[in-house]
Parts: sequence; structure tokens; C-alpha cells
Amino acid sequence: MGRPVSHENYLDAFIRGILDSVKTIAVVGASHGDDKPSMFVVKYLSERGYRVFPINPGRAGKLVARNTVYARLKDVPEPIDMVDVFRRADRVGEILDEALELSPRPRVFWMQLGVKNEEVAVRAEAAGMTVVMNRCPKIEYGRLSREINWAGVNTRTLSSKKPRRLAGGFQRLQLGPGKPTR
Amino acid sequence: MDKSAKDRPAASEQREPGFATLSVHAGAQPDPTTGARATPIYQTTSFVFDDVEHAAQLFGLQTFGNIYSRVGNPTCNVLEERVAALEGGTASLSVASGHAAQMNVFHLLMMPGDEFVAAKKLYGGSINQFNHSFKSFGWNVRWADPDDLSSFESAITPKTKLIFIESIANPGGIVMDIEGIARIAQKANIPLIVDNTLATPYLCRPFDFGADIIVHSATKFLGGHGNSIGGLLVDGGKFKWADDDRYPMVSKPRPEYQGIVMAQTFGNFGFAMAARFLSLRDLGPALSPFNAFLIITGIETLPLRMQKHCDNALAVAKFLLGHRQVAWVSYAGLPNDRYHALARKYCPRGAGAVLTFGLKGGYDAGVDLISGVNLFSHLANIGDTRSLILHPASTTHRQLSDEQKVAAGAGPDVVRLSIGIEDVEDLIADLDQGLAA
Repeated sequence: MGRPVSHENYLDAFIRGILDSVKTIAVVGASHGDDKPSMFVVKYLSERGYRVFPINPGRAGKLVARNTVYARLKDVPEPIDMVDVFRRADRVGEILDEALELSPRPRVFWMQLGVKNEEVAVRAEAAGMTVVMNRCPKIEYGRLSREINWAGVNTRTLSSKKPRRLAGGFQRLQLGPGKPTR
Repeated sequence: MDKSAKDRPAASEQREPGFATLSVHAGAQPDPTTGARATPIYQTTSFVFDDVEHAAQLFGLQTFGNIYSRVGNPTCNVLEERVAALEGGTASLSVASGHAAQMNVFHLLMMPGDEFVAAKKLYGGSINQFNHSFKSFGWNVRWADPDDLSSFESAITPKTKLIFIESIANPGGIVMDIEGIARIAQKANIPLIVDNTLATPYLCRPFDFGADIIVHSATKFLGGHGNSIGGLLVDGGKFKWADDDRYPMVSKPRPEYQGIVMAQTFGNFGFAMAARFLSLRDLGPALSPFNAFLIITGIETLPLRMQKHCDNALAVAKFLLGHRQVAWVSYAGLPNDRYHALARKYCPRGAGAVLTFGLKGGYDAGVDLISGVNLFSHLANIGDTRSLILHPASTTHRQLSDEQKVAAGAGPDVVRLSIGIEDVEDLIADLDQGLAA
């Protein structure tokens, strides 16, 4: 983990290091509805073994993809390893402010695909957090586990190792071959 | 710093595998269930769901996985990722033929009444598809001259949705100025579609020169053995579809999928996802897993074959140029060819395997040659291990008017060769005796 070499082109090892080590993920701006990418992310990540906490003041106490929604980051009852933000770039700073007040502080501040805010990234990194911008953790997990090959996507990975299935079904793969992800 | 440390890539770099490595490995991993190392042929229509919830998620595009072989099949997926990797694209979709790939791309981007600009020197089948079938959908072609880039600019109107060209055109041996045409497309804010069938990514990578989408007839050099019809489209991942009202299949909420916006949900592979789940799903031209298997196997030797194809073709072109019965040879690999400079820029490893030439004896001499050869097969394909010979005016380009034939490089005196990977001395001897007959 630590800092990436560049925020334009993350190394696979950097992203894999994050997804391999975090266990709890708060998804800020998670909404409910079959057309909402944030809902897909909550659902997908919780089925890959992460404990996911949707954050949405308008839906506090309700469910998103079977996960209880909290109004604010500070309401989540256990330590958060990673904050994944579905918010417009100009609103991301407020989320970082909330994240910085948590104790323990989340190790990873992840801005979703389409969301970039350099200022916020600098601030989060200065506070010791690892930052990812303009990426989707679901797509990155799918790419590095190579599940996304089932959609014809270029994973940009090569491997001569047999992929390992996750428990719970045929069509779920672990992040890395040869070693359990968590 | 000692030498070994200096040669080691810095920790900041990720090693990029080379073309031959990608040709063998990209997209394929040992089978998770059996450990099979060659890609299995998943000859099945359908795939069981883990549970009801999983099925619902797959149908809602909320997770990645296999449903039904009309919209995706693991053998076909290997082919798709391999070609996406070789082209440097974000994702790919395999379909039943090169024509089906074009159909899918146009179905996503064109609405009735729209226009597109296409190079007038194209594969005859594409000229037919554009002039007739596409016209009946209200997709109206405006032809431009690849030798005069200003004709592309002047053909663009407010209704123009895309530009379509070939990297190397069949049969004329024309190399198109991809970068120059890409600039025109960018200025008009429309995607450039490049048919890269004749070049293959071994010779030319159109995304490096500004193309947005690549289409292939995998039937030709990718498969390479003349045994399988297949096609692919590749998403370059750079065109900004999001918020562009002109391409609602990619950029607007889709009623087919509960209001999902493909370009938003899937980012830089949104076009490929739209191609799979909006076009292929509904139009239906799926590739058979068996054909995908054969094409995957072919691609493993693509770099070896293409180099041999090119080397043989250049030797044959030089032989023909020196033959007293030959009036002219069109092959961009020849130093005096009008497309040689473009070939040096866009396909420096070779100008491909297809060449045309004219016989001084005209149509009759061409017919004599075709019946006189013993190794060259008279058939309507290109990109086989075997060498092939054809008279385009009476076959592939027959439906075109005389004017269109000449414009497409398929006039009555033209003979087309697709040079195989045999010993070139045998090919030259065969042509020599055929010309003497």
C-alpha cells in the first residue's frame, strides 16, 4: 500500500495490495435501485467476503443489498478499513473530513470511477491514507480475479496458475491464484 | 549501481508483455475446475446459477458471469480478451462473422436517418452491406476517398455519426492514413471505426493512431487456417460517450436494463458491454465456442504466420513485377508503390499478405492463370495458410457497378492473391508455370 507511483496509472500490485488487505468497506453515497452502480458495488463486494457498510443519510436504518445503511461514517459500529466514495468530485472533501475524524482512521480513501479530486487526494495522503481515484473496486476486483473476463474485458493480467473459486458458488473467483484472499 | 540492478525494471514500472506472449497467453488461464491448460470448448447453451439471487444479479448486469451462450461463453471470452489485449483495447466482443461485428457496431451508433462516412475503397462485402442492407435501416453512407483526406471532411454533416475505414484495404493494397482520418473524426467529435482484418494487430495497431473501435473478420488471418467464420469488435476505451445525446445506446439510461447507463456503469468498456447486452443479445449473431477455439488456436501462432505471410508476399510481388506478362503490381511493400510510405508508418513489419496485379492479356489471361495454377486455390477468401487466387471482378466485387469496381481496385484485369505460408520458391514456380500455360 502506501502511495501509488502515479494517480493516472495504478500498478496492479498496488490495487491488489489494497483489495487483499481491507476487510471492512464503507460505501458513501450508496443508493438503492437496480440501475445504481453503487448498489452493484455494495452487493458485489459483500459477496466477495468484505463487510460492507452503505452510507446514505436518506436511507439510514434501511437496507441496500441486504446491508444496513448508516447515515454517517461515524455511525458505523466497527472500524472501517476503506472508504469508497460515490459523490461528485466537489463534494468529496466533506467525506474526507468525516473520515479523518474517525478513530481508528480508515487506511484507504477510494474515489469512484469518474471521481477525481487532486486536492482531496493530497490532503488524505498527508494524513497517512492510501488514495485511489477514478476507479471502481468492483471492476478492479473483477479484473484482478479475472472474473471480468466473462464480459470480454481485457484484464491486462497473464497467469499460468489455476484460478480458485470462492466458497458459495461456481461463478465467484478469489482475488489471487494459489492463496486465499482473506 | 551494478549492472544487474540497472537492468531490472524500476519498482514504478509494470512489465508489459510482448506481442508473441500475449498471442499465446492473453485471456487464457488453466480451467478452474479441471486444470485443463488448453482452453476448453465450453459446448453448452447455458450455465447454472449459484442461486436465485445470483441469477437475478446476472440478468441485471450487477455481477460478471455466464448466463447463456448467445450473450457470452467462456471459450469465446478467451478469444475476446486475447484480441482486446493484442489490439490494446479495453474489451472485445466476438460474434459470428466480421459482417456481424460491423452490424453490431452500427446498430449501437446509428439511428434511422443518420449518416456515416466510409472510405470508398473497402472490402466488397462491406460496400454491399453499406449500400444496400444498411440503407434499408435508414443508415446512410457517404463515400470518401482515402487518397484525399479532405473528402472525409467535406462528407461530414450534422447527421454524421461515425467514420469507417480499413487499415489496409482489400483488394487494392491501399494503406489508409489512420492518424490523419482520426484527426478529422476527433474534430467532428465522432468515433473512427477501423476494420483491421488485413493487417491484424501484429502489423498495425489502429488504437495507437487514434481509432476508437476496431472490427475484425477473424475468419482471415486471426484464425488463419481457413476453417472458421468469426468476427470481433474491440473497444478502444477512449471515446467520451457519457453525456453525448447522439449515442443513446451507450450514454442514456437503457430500459432493457432497469435504466442502466452503459458508459457510466462500465466506464471505459461501456461500448463493449452495450455491444454484448444491447446488440448481440437482441440481434443474435453469436459465435460458436468451437469456432472460437479454432480461432484462439490460430492466434497463438499469429506473429509467426503474419511475418511469413508478409515475407512471402513481398517475394511474390517482386517476382510478378519482373514478369513480362504482368502490367502492374499493387503491393504496399514494394518500394515504388504509392502506398509504401504509409505502409512504412502504419505496418513497418510488412504490408500484409494480399496483393493484386494486372495481366497485360486482360480478363482472358486472368482466367487462364487461375485455371493453370496447381498450388493456389481459386476461392473467395483471404488469410489462409494456403495461397489463394481470385478474380474479384467476377466474384467478390461482382455486384458492384463497373465504376465501383475500378474505384474499389477490382477492375476486370485485376487478379488478387492471398499469399500463404508455403515455401515461397514453390509459390513463385506455380505462378510462373501458370503464366506460361
